Amino acid sequence: MTHQLDIQDLHVSYGSIRALRGVTFHIDEGQTVSLIGANGAGKSTTLNAVSGLLKPVGGRIRFRGQDITGWRADRVSALGLVQVPEGRQIIATMTVHENLIIGAHLQRTANTETLLDQIYGRFPRLSERHNQRAGLLSGGEQQMLAVGRALMMQPDLLMLDEPSMGLSPMLVNEVFDLLRDIKGQGISILVVEQNARKALQIADYAYVLERGVIAREGSAAQLREDPHILAAYLG
Amino acid sequence: MDTLIQQGINAISLGAIYSLFALGYAMVFSILGVLNLAHSAIFMLGAFFGLIAIDQWSLPLWLAFPIAMLGAGLVSVGLELVAFRPLRRRNAARISQLISSIGAAILIVNITQLIFRQIYNSTEAYLPRDLIPSDPIVIESLGLRVQPVRMLIVVIALVLMVLLQYLVNRVRIGQHMRAVAFNQRIAALFGINVSRIFIFTFFLAGVLGGAAGMFYGVVFLNVTPFIGEDVALIGLTAIVLGGMGSIPGAVLGGFLVAGLQIFSIVIGGSSFRNAVVFLLLFIILLIRPQGLLGQPESTRA
Repeated sequence: MTHQLDIQDLHVSYGSIRALRGVTFHIDEGQTVSLIGANGAGKSTTLNAVSGLLKPVGGRIRFRGQDITGWRADRVSALGLVQVPEGRQIIATMTVHENLIIGAHLQRTANTETLLDQIYGRFPRLSERHNQRAGLLSGGEQQMLAVGRALMMQPDLLMLDEPSMGLSPMLVNEVFDLLRDIKGQGISILVVEQNARKALQIADYAYVLERGVIAREGSAAQLREDPHILAAYLG
Repeated sequence: MDTLIQQGINAISLGAIYSLFALGYAMVFSILGVLNLAHSAIFMLGAFFGLIAIDQWSLPLWLAFPIAMLGAGLVSVGLELVAFRPLRRRNAARISQLISSIGAAILIVNITQLIFRQIYNSTEAYLPRDLIPSDPIVIESLGLRVQPVRMLIVVIALVLMVLLQYLVNRVRIGQHMRAVAFNQRIAALFGINVSRIFIFTFFLAGVLGGAAGMFYGVVFLNVTPFIGEDVALIGLTAIVLGGMGSIPGAVLGGFLVAGLQIFSIVIGGSSFRNAVVFLLLFIILLIRPQGLLGQPESTRA
């Protein structure tokens, strides 16, 4: 059976620093997979290599059987493989509305208005502020906008880079509730998190990255009980 | 008083040319974060293509104008492909890209010089005196004499600026330009083809710079391969004055510099005109380092 996303022996380097040294994992349709690991383990590097922001020096990335290794980011996103970048990067100089519609315009199906209504329905605070500059939103609202913007692109696989970073515990819960909703819609999710506890609550399956290689893997339930994981990541 | 109004009108037409030219600097800077110092050569090419179209191909002015704009736009795209993109792909420092653009400017000017020698046996050429109706419109009640061509230039320049503002704010490709200007990586994740936006931006910058160059040639009826040097620093002053990378800032800066130049000529003679401009630049940078319409560095990102 073909996996939705299939990563084989991925190598990425920053100059002479080898950030990923043979990472292999996969995601099946509708699955929620989490990559956990410490700072500098290569989590974000993995996401950026998949989304096309970084060019791998070795290995293969396949999406639904199609080899997308080294593709440009705009072509990858057009396949329905959409990344929410780290640090809720929204376009601060544009309005909330502009941030939302800009990605949707490039998608295959162009029912922008229906999608927009859905997003505004899901995030009433974005609806209230649709004409405000995105840079004026609070941290939590910016994260919602970043996710909303990704949903406007109708992803088949949504990749999130540290969605809980810098948010208060209440907002972290809100973000993970949102991910549960998205999961319920049948969208596959790849979530990179330092907050392993939260990530393992939502994920079906998880991989632990350590210094550029997959050190451990297993169902989220298994990893929650794993003494090594407990000691290292769940403290 | 009469001369003051008269010179004011001259300042507005010169300001329109400076603004159009400065817009090209501002657009490329906002997208790349690098100054394209070959933009002054693009300005010169606008005037040069206009000259060739009128003088060599005997085309009417209304046809020579779009040819000059298009030609300058295409060479500007060539700059992106040859002088900027290969360096960017190799993660070259911004200063290298800046130097690369200076090299491109020298190359373009030298090639144009060679062509001038071939055609005119000189590095200077004149547009025909009867190209533009030289009878000024006289407004008796105010004692004003206005050359119609200067009025036309102001009108066309303003139309181009309004179109640009509309494009950037209301049209999809303009929104994509703003997204790329804010952050290339996010824009790519939005699904925007960043390379295509770069090419489009260079094309627009070239078209506006070419229009400015052609206007300059038409006003002074004189074209040399070196007219870019006349405006290179003025354009840079305009964008620093108005705020780096700000489109309204470039327009404001262009008009301010022109106004100052003209009035310093009226008051003290032409030898002071650039000194006065740079004095103003210095004062404004002391009071408002981000320029008149620019945003402070810290709130940008």
